Amino acid sequence: MSNTSRKLNGSEILIQCLIEQGVDTVFGYPGGAILNVYDKLYDHKEIKHILTAHEQGASHAADGYARSTGKVGVCLATSGPGSTNLTTGVATAYMDSSPVVFITCNVNSDLIGRDAFQEVDITGVTLPITKSSYIVSRVENLADTVREAFAIARSGRPGPVLIDIQKNATASECEYYPVTPEEYFMSTGTRIERLKNTHHPSVGYPDINLEAIDELAELIDKSEKPLLICGGGVVRAKASQEFRTLAARMDSPVAITVMGGGAFPGDSPLKTGMIGMHGSQASNMACDACDLLLAVGCRFSDRVTLNPAGFAKNAKIVHIDIDASEINKNVMTDLHIIGDAKKILNLLLAKLKHDKKNDAWKNYVFSFKRETEYDDVEGTLTPKEVLSAAAEILPQDTIVTTDVGQHQMWAIQHFKFDYPGQLITSGGFGTMGFGLGAAIGAQAGNPEKTVLHVTGDGSFRMNCNELCTEEFYKLPIITLIFNNSALGMVRQWQHLIYNERYSQTTLDRGPDFAKLAEAYGVHGRRVTDVATLRDVLKEAVASRSDGKGWVIDCRIDMDEMVRPMVGGNSFIANFMLD
Amino acid sequence: MQAKENNQNLKRYTIVTAMDNEAGVLSQLAHLFSRKGYNIETIAAGWTVDQNVTRFTIEIFSDDERIKLLCAQLRKLVPIHYVEILDPSKAIRRELMLVRVHAADKAARNEIIQIANIFRGSVIDITPDSLTISVTGDDQKTQAFETLLKEFGIIELARTGIVAIERGEM
Repeated sequence: MSNTSRKLNGSEILIQCLIEQGVDTVFGYPGGAILNVYDKLYDHKEIKHILTAHEQGASHAADGYARSTGKVGVCLATSGPGSTNLTTGVATAYMDSSPVVFITCNVNSDLIGRDAFQEVDITGVTLPITKSSYIVSRVENLADTVREAFAIARSGRPGPVLIDIQKNATASECEYYPVTPEEYFMSTGTRIERLKNTHHPSVGYPDINLEAIDELAELIDKSEKPLLICGGGVVRAKASQEFRTLAARMDSPVAITVMGGGAFPGDSPLKTGMIGMHGSQASNMACDACDLLLAVGCRFSDRVTLNPAGFAKNAKIVHIDIDASEINKNVMTDLHIIGDAKKILNLLLAKLKHDKKNDAWKNYVFSFKRETEYDDVEGTLTPKEVLSAAAEILPQDTIVTTDVGQHQMWAIQHFKFDYPGQLITSGGFGTMGFGLGAAIGAQAGNPEKTVLHVTGDGSFRMNCNELCTEEFYKLPIITLIFNNSALGMVRQWQHLIYNERYSQTTLDRGPDFAKLAEAYGVHGRRVTDVATLRDVLKEAVASRSDGKGWVIDCRIDMDEMVRPMVGGNSFIANFMLD
Repeated sequence: MQAKENNQNLKRYTIVTAMDNEAGVLSQLAHLFSRKGYNIETIAAGWTVDQNVTRFTIEIFSDDERIKLLCAQLRKLVPIHYVEILDPSKAIRRELMLVRVHAADKAARNEIIQIANIFRGSVIDITPDSLTISVTGDDQKTQAFETLLKEFGIIELARTGIVAIERGEM
């Protein structure tokens, strides 16, 4: 620990603590209660602050930044509405285990509880959607709280943390000693010491049950019809390489959850595709027939398992997860191993006696379609044509962010993701309006990469105000709108389940998205045929260096559906749509 | 309460947990129970040998699978030190009950004092027409005492909620 102590005010201490953590980019929006912090930020040009149009945009941007860089995202907002505007972003990050530190400021300590102007109990509001939340009322507690918040956000099962600093604590002074994250993690007398010593799940990795590893190796050896599920935990644990090796050595088909996208190569012959409600026939039929289901870092959400009673009914179900509270939550398992997926998979690989060959089983699984064959419709632009053109013309390592709905499912089905962090989507919370903010974060964190934002007309309208952020910071994001003049996914359910009673899902209204884009100072085009689309995409790629984003409004048919589909709570092999 | 009425298979569990003694931990704890669909039957809290640590005894109705999940979820709360489910055969469970009861005449007063003696309760306040008694025991004992006093007319009754500890090993 360095002995160079200085007396600093809380705002400067906060910024010094961000620098300790290696933070160079933050997203946020100023306001009255957080004025002191923004005043200090004015002197620190080494921290790039991206000002969004709305705090929700900043929250999604910090999340997208975290998911695409593997670093902790940071988001600043003021008290009251500034902080409540973050909440959808906090919940989105929480459901998808994304490490983001949200920093809000509140009114002065002496005003707390008096319903002061812009006062709200934001730690209370965010209690169920954060890993931990903190109130800082004294400057002396600030530095260690920030250090603890970062340690908790990135450790164990990652997730969002919120720090609410009362305004007086940003103004008053105390001694500040710089401490690196490593020094802090080894410090004594701090809460982190207790958390570490007790293997608290918020920071620690539990001791791995080695007997369970032996048992799993045995199950793999005996299995003739294995199926692997690649979940978001493989992405977060950076265990993609180990997972790929395991799949190859088990010679096992691999189904991928929405959150697992990118952790297993999209063009692998072992890939069965997405699993669950809009899972491929190969994935869902394999799940129904397998004798061993090994799920890594997935939480068996209802969109994956559908009716849990019939899920993988012939299989021994084995669950590897960092979070003990996910075990036997949605699906009862035969064996589980709690811990870091990377470590567990390495231990498991060392225990596998020999590599397997499962040709008969693979022949069965891959006799079912792993990709949906969407029809071409003469004279109409189809989602398939839009995605094929994007996949062909944009670089292979393009980061894809999505909003929520039909376009999200089409994009995940169609693109062949290669690396963890390539697909950024709101899988758990299903947040419409996530995509543009997330794309801003991803582009800010990965300036050299192309960022594609796939959205629908409903989702895009929710937070399209962030086009001004995209324009100002010269982020050349390509937005593809699947514009069917409807809330397509809800309409699909109304079509299939509600007797075509299209209640409030027809979006027969403006704006003209191309003109809107031009008004914000980015390129806007409307396309109705694939040849024009291809030309526009090529122009977008060629013009990247001018730093101007693109909004490409693709007009598609409103009756186009996501296929296949299994109805909610139905059995996984019971397709409602092929 | 609802869960208890709808499902007769639920059992009563005693959970003990320790948390950092700081503002907001009770609401974090209570919130987790409510968002997982539990009603807290009793909750009692106080600091331990270390005044920085508060120990809670909580009783809820659940089943063997769901209680494990709940404990795993509790363990994720950052201020939590430990979470244990007490084995009923090893647990000592006590609560304190204070009850003020009508005692309008000498006969009633004598009878109430006799009942209190059987329960090892103590009279802590007396007025011309009432008695206030404290009694400690597990919930069955306090419930029995309450039932016996009902015929005299209970004016006011307060329970602390169960605190529990595990018996020492022999």
